[in-house]
Amino acid sequence: MGLRTPLYDTHVAAGARMVDFGGWDMPVNYGSQIDEHHAVRRDAGMFDVSHMCVLDLTGIRVREFLRFLLANDVAKLKTAGKALYSCMLNEQGGVIDDLIVYFMNDTWFRMVVNAGTRDKDIAWIKKQAAAFSVEVKVRDDLAMIAVQGPNARGKAVSVLGEATQAALQLKIFSGGEFGGYFIARTGYTGEDGFEVMLPKDDAALTWRAFHTAGIAQCGLGARDTLRLEAGMNLYGNDMDEAQSPLESGLTWTIAFEPSDRNFIGRSALEAQQTAGVPRKMVGLLLEDRGVLRSHQPVIVDGHPNGEITSGTFSPTLERSIALARVPVAAQTQVKVDIRGKHLSARIVPYPFVRNGKACIEL
Amino acid sequence: MSNIPADLKYLSSHEWVRVEADGSLTVGISDHAQAALGDLVFVETPDVGRQLTAGEAFAVVESVKAASDVYSPVSGEVLAVNEALGATPELINQAPYSDGWLMKIRPSNQSELAKLLDVTAYQAVVDAAH
Repeated sequence: MGLRTPLYDTHVAAGARMVDFGGWDMPVNYGSQIDEHHAVRRDAGMFDVSHMCVLDLTGIRVREFLRFLLANDVAKLKTAGKALYSCMLNEQGGVIDDLIVYFMNDTWFRMVVNAGTRDKDIAWIKKQAAAFSVEVKVRDDLAMIAVQGPNARGKAVSVLGEATQAALQLKIFSGGEFGGYFIARTGYTGEDGFEVMLPKDDAALTWRAFHTAGIAQCGLGARDTLRLEAGMNLYGNDMDEAQSPLESGLTWTIAFEPSDRNFIGRSALEAQQTAGVPRKMVGLLLEDRGVLRSHQPVIVDGHPNGEITSGTFSPTLERSIALARVPVAAQTQVKVDIRGKHLSARIVPYPFVRNGKACIEL
Repeated sequence: MSNIPADLKYLSSHEWVRVEADGSLTVGISDHAQAALGDLVFVETPDVGRQLTAGEAFAVVESVKAASDVYSPVSGEVLAVNEALGATPELINQAPYSDGWLMKIRPSNQSELAKLLDVTAYQAVVDAAH
């Protein structure tokens, strides 16, 4: 038996197909995964993301600490509630995890890290935090529900009571605390919506209220196709400790300026840049029939020197799409080895889909 | 619960087999298998005329989630494949035992048929998977 979120019984009662996900028993789908995907692109859907790990970091020097710990720069966060996406690197420039950090106040930042990397993240952060006298508190008392889709915010606020007006005024990529609930206008689908952190004991009741408000129950299966259409990396698939963010499509998240900010992994990334970064992350659109999957070899100019890191069937585009790590010289056309057959794929910019609309030409 | 028709034979790898009046076999994947895979989006079927051996992978069914091999219940020649699955693989989700069939095969060794599971034996396989 795996770990269970406070919504486990709710998922089972709803007939969800439960699977192991990083040690957690999580719903992969309730009914049709494609219907769940479309619900988020066209209307409103929700996900139990309580398996993700919420950390509160507090202390006088917490900002200074995070400017050292993270590859993106929390100095960008000037307004309370503002969020930042960042990688947390090791000394070699490999990615320990990717995360979201929220600026709560001058002595408090909140961080959300992946479930599968939870233990090593906590150990690493605590080790680094000691020198800054920053306290790390694991918020296992919180559940988290993501409501996503063009109508998600409107439907969700009907359940949120007195937080309604404040929640509706949240700017994109910002959050705030409203009567014990932390609500942020963030997500992992490429659609507008909220991520709601709330006391564990309220989770089942809130989930049912969201459902009654017309928000569809969606599993991790749809979450994966939505994030891939949105061109968002998945830790463990698209990057890990052996991969540089510079080869993972994450250069935009590395704050090299100001040049005098020292952060863990900086010297390794600068050395890579000086030596030349040999590979890059690209989007692929399969032109033949089939489905791109992670670990399929990508053949560039006759050589199998690339690899798909995430691939799927895109329900929105009704075509197969992927993220792939390929030599920097790769242009426009490649082949993908699918069970020994070499199928044609086109390099395309990503995201593939945002806010319900295709971003690429088919 | 998954539907397991009593008049069919099964493999423990979740294929179903129907013995037709002319002695040919129709093969597909079970209701349990389609439910486990989820929404199907691509099916790779064999060429008609291909000679298969029992237990050989003859098709690949791909859902949004995963790709899965489908195994031949017997040795023999592929007589026909379900062309409709090219455009509408979801037929397997909608009607796994009828419109969602995968291939028809002419068995070359009748003794292999005796090794297939009946409904009771296959039900036990499905129950063990839960």
